[in-house]
Amino acid sequence: MLNIVVCIKQVPDTNEVKLNPETGTLIRDGIPNIINPDDKSALEAALQLKDKHGAKVTVISMGPAQADDVLREALAMGADETFLVTDRAFGGADTWATSSTLASAISKVPYDLIITGRQAIDGDTAQVGPQIAEHLGIPNISYAEAIELDGDSVIVKRMYEDRYHMVKAKMPCLITALAELAEPRYMTPGGVFDAYREKEVTIWGRDDLDVATENIGLKGSPTRVVKSFTKELKGKGTVVNLDTQESVDFLIEKLQEKFVL
Amino acid sequence: MNIAEYKGIHVFVQQVDGKITSVSYELLGKGKELAQDLGCDVTAVVLGSNISHLSKPLAKYGADHIIMADDPALEVYTTEPYTQAMYEIIQAKTPEIVLCGATAIGRDLAPRLSARLHTGLTADCTKLEIDAETKNLRMTRPAFGGNIMATIICANHRPQMATVRPGVMQKTEPDDNAQADVEQFAVSNLSECQNVEIMEIVKKTGAKIDIQDAKILISGGRGMNAPENFSLLQQLADEIGGTVSCSRAAVDAGWTDKEQQVGQTGKTVRPNLYVACGISGAIQHLAGMEESDIIIAINKDPDAPIFEVADYGVVGDALKIVPLLAQEIKKLLAAQ
Repeated sequence: MLNIVVCIKQVPDTNEVKLNPETGTLIRDGIPNIINPDDKSALEAALQLKDKHGAKVTVISMGPAQADDVLREALAMGADETFLVTDRAFGGADTWATSSTLASAISKVPYDLIITGRQAIDGDTAQVGPQIAEHLGIPNISYAEAIELDGDSVIVKRMYEDRYHMVKAKMPCLITALAELAEPRYMTPGGVFDAYREKEVTIWGRDDLDVATENIGLKGSPTRVVKSFTKELKGKGTVVNLDTQESVDFLIEKLQEKFVL
Repeated sequence: MNIAEYKGIHVFVQQVDGKITSVSYELLGKGKELAQDLGCDVTAVVLGSNISHLSKPLAKYGADHIIMADDPALEVYTTEPYTQAMYEIIQAKTPEIVLCGATAIGRDLAPRLSARLHTGLTADCTKLEIDAETKNLRMTRPAFGGNIMATIICANHRPQMATVRPGVMQKTEPDDNAQADVEQFAVSNLSECQNVEIMEIVKKTGAKIDIQDAKILISGGRGMNAPENFSLLQQLADEIGGTVSCSRAAVDAGWTDKEQQVGQTGKTVRPNLYVACGISGAIQHLAGMEESDIIIAINKDPDAPIFEVADYGVVGDALKIVPLLAQEIKKLLAAQ
């Protein structure tokens, strides 16, 4: 049977993240945590392949203990088995160390196809998918908008800015999913019940993975954040509140002043 | 890894259909600035097939040296042959900095390459500078949808790698007399690297002007209320010689194409004039347009954050103001 592994990340819903204007830090209290949207699309694509061809869908997440929530949601959507890779030793990882940790977790399970989201909405890097593929030594196809199986190969619609390529690769390979790849299904009430009562999320800690200590966590991270800050916005200009004709006159005057007209 | 052995700046030059992507020139411009601070040279690295005609424009836009890997296997981008070619070039030349455009190619190539080189990579940078003391590259990028900026270093690994968003850095003034030496680099066994087969290439037809190239953008958001109202923006754009762009809300609502989206998840633009119509100015939108020379905002809500970055703000209904503005400009230009 086809084995599909999906990597998902729990992220704060950044659409709702606000800044504390006094301290300039993120206010994360009360911000809902969600499955990263591109990852949820990856999971849905895997479940659709399962519906069509039969497959076992294994979902892996790396993060703190509360990432259990997103794996339960994955189970409720129809995932077969889930693993939470969590340990303080993995903390502070950049994309290099994250991908090395996840690659080592993935290599513990059988896989033909790995699907990750293109990027997470908290970091927006799009790095972890291709880096996992490199650590595992398998091909990767990024920015997928459609996936079809063809025997022991996948055919993928790979998006670029002004075109797309239809590409074919032999499995095992890794695909990164755009949000447009698949519209995620809803959890069913029975699925939610089973996810919490009947099914398990297996926890993997540092000692469960065969990965060198110099390749994980903060120490295994080539990059380091040395400063974070809120962006200073350009100063406010002139704002007027006039009727429509006066507003237009004001704009024309300014456009002429600036030689646009 | 002996860090002292790594010298110079490499810019990955992206070519598609034998044409250099604009961001590559922007990176050469930035690379030249960084090279001055480091006292080193900038090398343009270009991969493709039959690409000798590309050396002239690269010299013109600031490359001191050019490395070409000219091979049929590199004609069209696929991950593995490009990664292998860049890997071999970097291993041979040991640059201290490698810059790539944050495009659909660069954001696939750079991560794979950084994993192979066992070095750090910072994605989608909006600012690059050399630390005066340590000479490390300081890479600044937005995170959390543009809510927060982070400055990142890669102190103990080389090369220091960054992808840079298109439209953020400035090209240098082209110098027609500039010269650069060209080295042909032969990559080993490229044909064996091809593990993904391209079956078909489909170009989007009727592609509109890239909003990143536009000097004037007339941009619409949720306040435009309905897709048909975007024709009002088009009328204004036609009168003033601009291009229509939009906010994420307009794309999410299905009114416009993602191609036209400005912002953290869209494109970064810096036109001479940006007119925001019915755009409230979520931080992720501001991140993509606040470097515009002149910003005009038209919005019903006097508290909309877009007014915080606007040079000229008009509190009012864009649906009424935009058509009248188009009409008045038409009259004015006809009279001239």
